[in-house]
Amino acid sequence: MGLAVEFSALSRYFGDVRALDGVSLAIHEGEFFSMLGPSGSGKTTCLRLIAGFDQPTSGSLKIFGKEAAGTPPYERAVNTVFQDYALFPHMSVLKNVAYGLMVKGVAKAEYIKSAEKALEQVALADYGHRKPSELSGGQRQRVALARALVNKPRILLLDEPLGALDMKLREHMQSELKALHNQLGITFIYVTHDQGEALSMSDRVAVFNKGQIEQVDTPRQLYGQPNTSFVADFVGTSNIISADCAFHITGKQQAFAIRSEHIKLIKDPQIGESIQVVGKVFDTQFHGAYTKISLHLTQQAVDQNHPPLVHVVLAHDELGEQPLPQIGQVCNLTWSPQHMVMLNH
Amino acid sequence: MEASVYPPTQQRKHLVRRLANKLQQKPTLFLLFLLTPPILWFCVVYLGSLFALLWQSFYTFDSFSMTTTPELTFDNYLSLFEVTNLDIILRTLGMACVVTFACALLGFPIAYYMTRYAGAKERGFFYIAVILPMWASYIVKAYAWTVILSQQGMIYWVVNRLGLMPLLTSVLHIDVVGGNTLATSNLGRFIVFTYLWLPFMILPIQAALERVPSNLLQASADLGAKPAQTFWRVLLPLVFPGVVAGSIFTFSLTLGDYIIPQLVGPSGLYIGNMVYSMQGTVGNMPLAAAFTVVPIILIFAYLALAKRAGAFDAL
Repeated sequence: MGLAVEFSALSRYFGDVRALDGVSLAIHEGEFFSMLGPSGSGKTTCLRLIAGFDQPTSGSLKIFGKEAAGTPPYERAVNTVFQDYALFPHMSVLKNVAYGLMVKGVAKAEYIKSAEKALEQVALADYGHRKPSELSGGQRQRVALARALVNKPRILLLDEPLGALDMKLREHMQSELKALHNQLGITFIYVTHDQGEALSMSDRVAVFNKGQIEQVDTPRQLYGQPNTSFVADFVGTSNIISADCAFHITGKQQAFAIRSEHIKLIKDPQIGESIQVVGKVFDTQFHGAYTKISLHLTQQAVDQNHPPLVHVVLAHDELGEQPLPQIGQVCNLTWSPQHMVMLNH
Repeated sequence: MEASVYPPTQQRKHLVRRLANKLQQKPTLFLLFLLTPPILWFCVVYLGSLFALLWQSFYTFDSFSMTTTPELTFDNYLSLFEVTNLDIILRTLGMACVVTFACALLGFPIAYYMTRYAGAKERGFFYIAVILPMWASYIVKAYAWTVILSQQGMIYWVVNRLGLMPLLTSVLHIDVVGGNTLATSNLGRFIVFTYLWLPFMILPIQAALERVPSNLLQASADLGAKPAQTFWRVLLPLVFPGVVAGSIFTFSLTLGDYIIPQLVGPSGLYIGNMVYSMQGTVGNMPLAAAFTVVPIILIFAYLALAKRAGAFDAL
């Protein structure tokens, strides 16, 4: 399978600000590819460069093997679903959806038919005559999707499309988008700051930080084998143990990450391969399916005023009838060395 | 006995507090309390004078005794359709249309540049540049233009230096547009009107452009629309209410002006001059009033046309 999008040392500077700093990346055809990162990490800049709204300062950007720099947005086989939908307020929903075909000179009867079909696909067949202002957020989102897809793009760009929806609707749209991707077989490039969204939908995820890519991997790899402390921290909840502190635990001067769900609380110290530390509970948070317990590792503290912090996630079915630890209680913690991810930086 | 519970000053405070509480409980009463003075002002001063004007336009003027009697008649309106008066109306209307069109044509790019391209400093400069001329007296500017357009003035000097005198002469020979000199031509009058009213066009268009989110233009391009298509199908429909707002200013200001037609351009009265002379020198108040109603009707007709053309669909 060929490459849909290829970045080589792509940079975009705004004055002194390096929004994108020498990024190289290859997105395969037909892939559901997510760009994940905090705001200002460069992921949206990437998207704008692919769409053609912005031009790179240096480096090359190829779309289906052809250099794209200098090609205006209206000549790219790419369509975008905007963060706040960007529906034309003065046109009806049907006209919005038909717009792309209309400006390309498709015959009226034909573009009306295609637009109606596209609206049917997103379950909005009866809403064609309405104005966008008369729709709910979720409906607008689907109109924006239909408006992009009616053009049969080879790449669909989605800029935090679910950001403005409430949680239930967001989860529903996630599975719908995933189904749509399977059905259409085109490349989806999805920008989000929500790691849950990125992990659950994507074939591969690129984690952005400060204009650079930290790691590109499958969601499983990203979660299980984060390369950097940033990825370990940003994807899922990890405890990152600094090198100084790690020395007291493992005997090695190397930082590591350990997932909260991999730490167990035990009554008495055990003899074995596993790593054991002692922590003092200072907070417990009930989350329904699990309880999050925060502890200070007082024994491993380099500075007693700032003891290292560890979060433990206890699933309730695992806990059984045992009482939850109380604040101030001292607990024995243990985890298996195989779950530790050694961090280089 | 009860009244003596509070000392006099405190009692007054008590009353004010009770009134305040009452108003707090009844929002309609509170609103009425706040709005009555401005509404009264509006009704008496604005609508009252307008209706007095309308009413007087039906009075009878006796041209022999030069007196007005309060007998109602349609004669004043009928006389608007006499050839000389109709000429005045059409002359004024024609100039208003051309000036409005020119202002829109000149104002749009300036407003567009201000909103989309200018940085903070540059935009401040533009704002001041647009508004600054409005700070100077209108009469002063009008007289300044008579000097600029005169044969000893700046424009003639520049045209002469550039060797373009034959061009100017041939332009001034064109019917309707031209005249003996720039200062006595319709072209000169058009230039002055356009200069004077341009800020009134730029500001509303700029405000309308400001409200168009730039991602709509990006979405249009993303969907395959070329820049011209984006302009006609997305940008202009969304900004058109601003253009209409601006054109109401330029249109009505031209329709009501009576100073520029006296100072610049060929002879021939405008509606404003007619009103001025009718109520001033002639004392024919009813006909003056009837003439004043003409711009009002024209503006209403213009708004109706604009609405029909869908100018306000985007609001």
